[in-house]
Amino acid sequence: MAFGPFLLLALMEGLVTAAVLALAAAGLSLVFGVMRVVNVAHGEFYMLGAVLAWAVTGMIPGPAALTFLAALIIAPVLVAALAAVADGLILKRLNYDPEATIVATIGLLYILQQAALSLYGPNANPVPAPFEWRIQLPWFGYSGYKLFVVLAALAVLLALWTFLSRTRAGLIMRATQVDRMTAQAFGINVDRVYMGTFALGAGLAALAGVLVVPIQQAQYLMGHDPLLLSFIVVIIGGLGSLRGTLVAAVVIGLSDGVISMFFSPTLAKILATLLVAMVLVLRPQGLFGARA
Amino acid sequence: MRRNGLRVWALHLALLAVLASAQFWLSPYLATNLARIMVLAVFAMGYNLAFGYTGLLSLGHALLLAAGMYAAGLPALLWGWSAGPAFIAGLAGGGLVAAVLGLLALRTAGVSFMIVTLMFAQAGFLTLLYFAPVTRGNDGFAVAAASRSFLGFDLSTDTPRFLAAFAIFATGLLVSLALMRSPFGRTMIAMRENEERSRMLGYNPFTVKLAALTLSGLYAGAAGAAYALLFGYVGASFATIQYSILPMLYVLMGGAGTTLGPFLGALLMFALVEAATGLTTAHQFIIGAALVALVLFAPKGILGTVRERWAKWLP
Amino acid sequence: MAAVMAPLIETRGLTLHYGGLKAVDGVDFTLEAGEIHALIGPNGAGKTSFVSLLSGRRLPQSGRILLAGEDITRLPAQLRVRKGIAYTFQITSIFPRLSVFDNVALAVQAQGTRDLENRTRAALARVGLDGLEEQEAGTLSYGHQRLLELAMGLALKPRLLILDEPTQGLAASEIEGFKALVRSLVPETTVLLIEHNMEVVMDLASRITVLTFGRVLASGTPAAIRANPAVQEAYLGA
Repeated sequence: MAFGPFLLLALMEGLVTAAVLALAAAGLSLVFGVMRVVNVAHGEFYMLGAVLAWAVTGMIPGPAALTFLAALIIAPVLVAALAAVADGLILKRLNYDPEATIVATIGLLYILQQAALSLYGPNANPVPAPFEWRIQLPWFGYSGYKLFVVLAALAVLLALWTFLSRTRAGLIMRATQVDRMTAQAFGINVDRVYMGTFALGAGLAALAGVLVVPIQQAQYLMGHDPLLLSFIVVIIGGLGSLRGTLVAAVVIGLSDGVISMFFSPTLAKILATLLVAMVLVLRPQGLFGARA
Repeated sequence: MRRNGLRVWALHLALLAVLASAQFWLSPYLATNLARIMVLAVFAMGYNLAFGYTGLLSLGHALLLAAGMYAAGLPALLWGWSAGPAFIAGLAGGGLVAAVLGLLALRTAGVSFMIVTLMFAQAGFLTLLYFAPVTRGNDGFAVAAASRSFLGFDLSTDTPRFLAAFAIFATGLLVSLALMRSPFGRTMIAMRENEERSRMLGYNPFTVKLAALTLSGLYAGAAGAAYALLFGYVGASFATIQYSILPMLYVLMGGAGTTLGPFLGALLMFALVEAATGLTTAHQFIIGAALVALVLFAPKGILGTVRERWAKWLP
Repeated sequence: MAAVMAPLIETRGLTLHYGGLKAVDGVDFTLEAGEIHALIGPNGAGKTSFVSLLSGRRLPQSGRILLAGEDITRLPAQLRVRKGIAYTFQITSIFPRLSVFDNVALAVQAQGTRDLENRTRAALARVGLDGLEEQEAGTLSYGHQRLLELAMGLALKPRLLILDEPTQGLAASEIEGFKALVRSLVPETTVLLIEHNMEVVMDLASRITVLTFGRVLASGTPAAIRANPAVQEAYLGA
């Protein structure tokens, strides 16, 4: 293949990565923005989404498109419910203390990973794509499903944006983000907002996991990379800004795709992690705020 | 802090005496495990200097452990260094990487500091994979028998290995006790308790924290080097996030900011996993559940609670 | 000789904004060595902001600060402490989970670790906290915490001791002791005092500077300040 088509392929792959990443990162950003909680278990919610998608499509009989649609709804809802329980049992009791919640979500990460390993096993399992359709470009054929992933992610992000900016629940969430105390004083049930936010964030990660599983297979360790990349996207994109998250996801996704294809995926990740570390170092008052 | 000197030193020396004698009354299998625990406890003691005493909650200590491990292991592999110089190299490697990490990461605090240390450690891990032709990546490499000898003793045999682990542990413990009873130890604690007030007493928080983190890196480096030389294996898995979490878990369990807490935590976690092995293979679950339970129900850890309730004199 | 010696502290056109608000607005101020100088003014006049600039807790947007003729405008706070400027916090800022002894030892050892124990005990005795060494500082009564704060300031052996509302919340009997203590400090230590209690100010201060809206309204002896009609209107009369 000539360089041009090769680059095009790299960019298309990068766009798919970006789409999945944008969903997962939007969830992480929402949770951090509203609750000030750095959820280290976020990648596990993504993994659970993928694993549950495998379980749901395996259990429900019917054509692939239908079972996948079922997974697309059931898996995120189940994961969101699990997250709501975790919020009530753990995070709320820690009073959402930033450092304690990080330690607790690290614990949650181990627990969820082990649960997946014990119940689902160490193997990677494929889930058939809801439709088999290939776009034939002059240089190579490309999976239509991957384009669907990009469009689906865009649609979800648009819905999320509408929810946050146009609905009462979204307004309440943003009010809580700006000032928890004042929100409480105005009669907002902050506990419920937090629980809802944590569930929504986890649901977004799970949705990303469901979307990715026909491309990538479901495996119990698959949450690791998305967690790291989501961190990177959230930090580069700026907090609470959905647009920033989207832009950063596209930048990180595309450069990941290009560097991975032309150099090595490991090098791409090294550069991305160093970049994010340096962003935080050089802007210490930036995104996470100086606590001391 | 200087008071109760007799009682405090007696307690620590008694523990060391019990541990030294353990090789005579433990089975070789358990003695080897105890040697492993002591090496991991050195790592945890280093973590405790940064987190427990100075208040630096790092998620990147695996980087420092790996720095020590590779700084000792690679010269042994490539140039056949013997255990003595390799250990020194490991110690220096841990301290040096910690100093560089500190110069960058200590410009941040709190949650930012946690993320930055996590990211640098992850970059370090990936770098080990990237240079797999040299580092042997995830497969790792065995340290040759020739490099595992120290003053004629073969560190791959039970008794010399146990004694070497004990010597490093004892040194680490006594140094950290002496440090905590020194004015500098008090200054470290002051950073944890009230950084702004410390500044207005004339301390430069950045330098104090940098020194504490570098010290912590020396401990991690010593532990990494000791692990490589005593147990004969070096691998990138020691640079994964798991090895940043473990010392945190040990310290939280034993009691952050107590000299004996890291060892107690390492011992208990090791025993817990060992005891559970018959029942389940779910090691990760034990680690996760322990973390959550500690944060929720016993944030001060075992010795922290003991100190608060019964023995205020515990250092 | 005294005539050619630079004042201990001199500020020229010192300005600090928070956003649009000018907390300190072009302040020229002189503090002579050995005096007890009181800084008074209504709430929000910029007193605490002004001493924050002196101690280095904040950096000004413009203007200069000279310590005995040396420009320290940009010097970090901890280095100013080492040059002899000590600040005691308005809202008590001690190490609540450390013992009283450790709190003061932290200040003492910043000056060198020789004979640490005795020097620490002496600093505690000076404010009358001897015997409480082992107590956890956070469990002290409020008045004792203020004294501990003062002991930490004194233990730094400062040339200039800045006291930010030291008598706030003290009982009348404690205030008497405090006044005697401050008097015993001069002339070795120069004292800059932010204080609302006029009785304490008039009793202690050799000179008074009045701030309003971030500017110097008047500066002079207690008698002159008391007689100043502008001051009476802006502050004393209220």
